[in-house]
Amino acid sequence: MNQLSSPAETTPVVDTVRNQVLTDVQATLGAAVVDSLVKPGDDIWIRVSTQSWNVSMQKLQAMGFDYFCFLSAIDWMPSPFGRGEDDPTEPAPERDTTIRPGYTGGDTRMQMLVRLVNSRTHVGINVKTDVPNEIYTVDSIASVFAGANWHEREAHEMFGIGFVGHPDLRNMYLPTDFEGFPMRKDFPLLARMVKPWPGIVDVEPLPGGDAESEEAS
Amino acid sequence: MTILNDPVSAKLGDRAQLSYIASQAADARLNVELETEGMTLNIGPQHPATHGTLRIIARLDGEQVLWAEPSCGYMHRGYEKLTEVRSFPQVTSLINRIDWLGSFANEVPFILAAEKLMGVEAPPRAQWIRTILFELSRIANVSLFLGDLGVQLGAITPVFMAFRDREYVLNLIESATGGRFHPNFDRIGGLKDDLPAGWIDETKVVMKKLRNFCDEIEALLFGNEIFQSRTRGIGVIPRDVAMQYGLSGANLRASGVDWDLRRDQDSPMAWNKVDFKVWTHPDGDSFARCWVRLQETREATKIVDQLLDGIPAGPVMAKVPKIIKVPEGEAWVSTENPLGEMGYYVVSRGDSGPFRVKIRSASFNNISITPWLLRGVYVPDIITILASLYFILGDIDR
Repeated sequence: MNQLSSPAETTPVVDTVRNQVLTDVQATLGAAVVDSLVKPGDDIWIRVSTQSWNVSMQKLQAMGFDYFCFLSAIDWMPSPFGRGEDDPTEPAPERDTTIRPGYTGGDTRMQMLVRLVNSRTHVGINVKTDVPNEIYTVDSIASVFAGANWHEREAHEMFGIGFVGHPDLRNMYLPTDFEGFPMRKDFPLLARMVKPWPGIVDVEPLPGGDAESEEAS
Repeated sequence: MTILNDPVSAKLGDRAQLSYIASQAADARLNVELETEGMTLNIGPQHPATHGTLRIIARLDGEQVLWAEPSCGYMHRGYEKLTEVRSFPQVTSLINRIDWLGSFANEVPFILAAEKLMGVEAPPRAQWIRTILFELSRIANVSLFLGDLGVQLGAITPVFMAFRDREYVLNLIESATGGRFHPNFDRIGGLKDDLPAGWIDETKVVMKKLRNFCDEIEALLFGNEIFQSRTRGIGVIPRDVAMQYGLSGANLRASGVDWDLRRDQDSPMAWNKVDFKVWTHPDGDSFARCWVRLQETREATKIVDQLLDGIPAGPVMAKVPKIIKVPEGEAWVSTENPLGEMGYYVVSRGDSGPFRVKIRSASFNNISITPWLLRGVYVPDIITILASLYFILGDIDR
């Protein structure tokens, strides 16, 4: 189990339903499940190996997770631009961009995230997989869930992730000749680059505001 | 057995596939006799039937669509990227603009996700008022759909009735929150304010008006012979296909799936305190989708009526720190919004703003079925089918 499962200590509730679902999933997928997490009364997370991505989806669909909710990707590298609040006249501060994955761990910068729901029991599951660094390519699951087609196109143009076996990876939102992948953390938010964030000059207390209580909070 | 060579149709029964082939063959024969030439038709980006700037590229053979695909992105605002440079309380003003007809409902799942990560729960009074405003935004949203439906089919009267009666609901939302379209009223830990005096009685009167509106629309439109012949049996979505594409809301329930997140999921809202029926329809055609929405609007007025009678006393805001920092973690919260399942996958790094927000909007999934659904239909039916799927452009593009 992941270190981040510490909230279970404060709420010592055992979620028998989700634990049972996770046991079934682990039995069905076997060694493909690399890591898993159940937050009682909340949700299930599993991480499957990259090679078994498509097969795991087929198996999950066959065992009852037949509702495709969404597919997306997460870039775990903290942004070198922070929150886009830097003063452009000052030299940019050094920021820690060490990659630190979230629930169920991970070894790569990019991760895929898919949520499936069992339409009978209404129990959902978040499935993650690592996307290999540098090549950024995984198998497409559009042949398993037809709805993943558009979600993969969106992930392709926003994160620059390739999907092997996808029928048609055209851009959905961006112009065809757009360069760069906007949702990657190292892609700057251009609106904050061309015009500095107005918040940096807003250092005065608000009119009528109680300055002392602001400081105390 | 696979007769048709595409993964979606392969999941249909053999009978359904064969009948599809037979109908295509009959049409093809007719077209050969008439010697029609193929053409490409652009519907939109600015077309009154598309609720905004959706462009549909359709390859036609005579009157029949061989291939059609919506072209999105004319309204992409990059909200997922923008949330990464905003603090949690600031995000609500962005996500208000996703589904602009039911704005308050957009705020709720995000706030619930942030509250889940912080371990905060809104006081009961705030939960009830949230649920009431949520249902009011559903009524405002879907009542406009019901009126707009007529316009798509050439009937002008229903839309005037819809705008007339929606105004009463918007006035209620305005008097409670201060904003007609973009309330920005939901806060982490509760609500910005309590309800104004006299609001509850006023709401009861309006709910009666809206029930009358539903009856009027049902008599005027749903009983209309032209309406029925334009929508019945048109754009049929089987259950399995709907599940694969992740359709949600009334579109899914019209395909016979009895699933409503208000009933089937534990959430810190007041839906489990009231009685309501989840309407489904077995047909899966355009008529079924419209009919389910009509029943849901009526059901929503009843939910509001029941909630108004039992609003508990107490504060509307829990104790939360002045500067909100959300602890590290990941959370997924979705609610049954007017357009379908709307959810946020929020990743926090213990900062004052989110690390990553995935916005799962209902219309994106709902409209992603159109390349499959529009294949083989006739040109006038494109408009009916799109109207019955009911999308908001901001909800597709985000």
